[in-house]
Amino acid sequence: MTLATTATQVPVRVDDDKCIAHKGCTVCVDVCPLDVLAIDIVKGKAYMAFDECWYCLPCEQDCPTGAITVDIPYLLR
Amino acid sequence: MTTLNMEFDLVVIGGGTGGPMAAVKAKEANPRLRVLLIDKANVKRSGAISMGMDGLNNAVIPGHATPEQYVKEITVANDGIVDQEAVMAYAANSFAMIEELDRWGVKFEKDETGDYSVRKVHHLGAYVLPMPEGHHMKRILYRQLKRARVEITNRVVVTRVLTGPDGQVAAVMGFDCRTAELVVIRTKAAVISTGAAGRLGLPSSGYLMGTYENPTNCGDGHAMAFHAGAALANLECFQINPLIKDYNGPACAYVTGPLGGYTANAHGQRFIECDYWSGQMMQEFYNELQSGNGPVFLKLDHLAEETIQEIETILHSNERPSRGRFHEGRGTDYRQKMVEMHISEIGFCSGHSASGIHINARGETSVPGLYAAGDCASVPHNYMLGAFVYGKICGEQAAAFCAETGQAAHDGETEAREAARILAPLQRGDGLTPFQIEYKTRRLVNDYLQPPKVTRKFEIGLQRLAEVREDLGAMSAANPHELMRAMEAHSILDCAEMAARASLFRTESRWGLYHACVDHPERDDANWFCHVLLRRGDSGGMVLEKRAVEPYIVPVDEQERTAYQRLRIAPGTTPAPQAA
Repeated sequence: MTLATTATQVPVRVDDDKCIAHKGCTVCVDVCPLDVLAIDIVKGKAYMAFDECWYCLPCEQDCPTGAITVDIPYLLR
Repeated sequence: MTTLNMEFDLVVIGGGTGGPMAAVKAKEANPRLRVLLIDKANVKRSGAISMGMDGLNNAVIPGHATPEQYVKEITVANDGIVDQEAVMAYAANSFAMIEELDRWGVKFEKDETGDYSVRKVHHLGAYVLPMPEGHHMKRILYRQLKRARVEITNRVVVTRVLTGPDGQVAAVMGFDCRTAELVVIRTKAAVISTGAAGRLGLPSSGYLMGTYENPTNCGDGHAMAFHAGAALANLECFQINPLIKDYNGPACAYVTGPLGGYTANAHGQRFIECDYWSGQMMQEFYNELQSGNGPVFLKLDHLAEETIQEIETILHSNERPSRGRFHEGRGTDYRQKMVEMHISEIGFCSGHSASGIHINARGETSVPGLYAAGDCASVPHNYMLGAFVYGKICGEQAAAFCAETGQAAHDGETEAREAARILAPLQRGDGLTPFQIEYKTRRLVNDYLQPPKVTRKFEIGLQRLAEVREDLGAMSAANPHELMRAMEAHSILDCAEMAARASLFRTESRWGLYHACVDHPERDDANWFCHVLLRRGDSGGMVLEKRAVEPYIVPVDEQERTAYQRLRIAPGTTPAPQAA
């Protein structure tokens, strides 16, 4: 049996110019209750790896450079 | 796959609200006690109050309320089915906890004289204390954890409490959600503080994590208590919340009510006398939604500009701060538009209703060495402050228990079986995804288990849930993160089955909408003035029994007993809608 993926627009946006994950910062990844954020090792930037957001905002509020914006997921908007 | 083995005296499972308090109080009781606080998220931002809380909903403050009054209020709000001693243990310790939190730096609203500004939201008494700056709750708790030298393990999902030869706590088992490494922690005692079972029903948006409760709170604790042999109480008393339509947060009448806001129908008219969340209030809310007078709204558009600004400051920075941007997206300005509301999907949450792991006034479950606090435990209407008070009780009781108890040995075969259960989805190359299993379970919950409850629908629901249980054996996980979702799907399915079996057992209607049975529409005190306890039978299935309500320590007279049955404003007496 093969598995297919369904593409979806995720709620957490990361401004790569502001994100300092390449300097070792993992604050957003650390604080996310759902553990849906990750660091792209190649780019050195944070991104949303799983579409399981509670739009609770610790990632946005605790980010030291203001790189993160959380949108309300489209299904709810 | 390697296994990480650890040993502690006390393991606290869940680092949200009650858990940190339990860990701190256990260490304060005995600084030499080896205490581990474990969380599947990060304790800094985990649980129901990850973004703080805007107020205390059940503060029992001298001069404003007495513990006896509070016990009476909660007894009446729960149609009499309460262990008053357990409610009193909360009420009698409520004010001391407020004072302690105050010393820790929590900022409560006070008047010019320095007295707490208590507001009235409940039907009978005044118990609401605003915390306009309550967004700092988790930071304050974290500081106390560090001060008390509590050890913390983040990102470990606990799946089972293993027991010893006499059924007592012996170990806690789980896995790391980033590496899938197995974790086995030998321990004398454990406190379960895993919050509500909030991923039971499916939000109508279809967004799996769009739940009222923090979605990490998916009933893991309820399931592990069940499998450890502990009793769970009154699971048929579902939790259903009045929320902003589509957005999974309250609108919120507790904050706005004392400032002049109220729940209204489409005509802008009040239809309930009291916005305090009870089953009876939810029934009236549901009735209004179903009638031609719906939808239901929170009305604020009659308030003065400075009041609205105060409301925006509180509601858009606390608890669920993204509600501000939700309103913005919909073009909802409190000044011009009422906020459309709806009722939430079902869950278990004693914080607002009454169901959960059965505990007594000492926080003890029916398993020796196992305690439970907060939204997952059975003390009704406990809210955040109740989680703190019972966290304290559990921490202190567990510390005393550890002093007198040796470490029990668990059965190696049970550990091996659990290890195999945890790792199975990772070892399957393909199969059903955790998403598919969870979505189907929760969709069945909505289709068959949502009140009004119909016997035939529950029977079909149980059949369909049994089919999903078969399918668990075909679930696969591509990585440790998906494995977390897979194990959560097991817990969710267990909770769904418990919800169904408990509901079928109680053949009467009680608690308003929470247990509104179409086939048994009347309350039947002669046969059902009792708790319902659910536990694991010898063959592993679910066994239900009645348990007598403990003798009241605070008498309730007949007039008071029915106060919550009279919430609806009689037609013709509705106050005229005020101009916008």
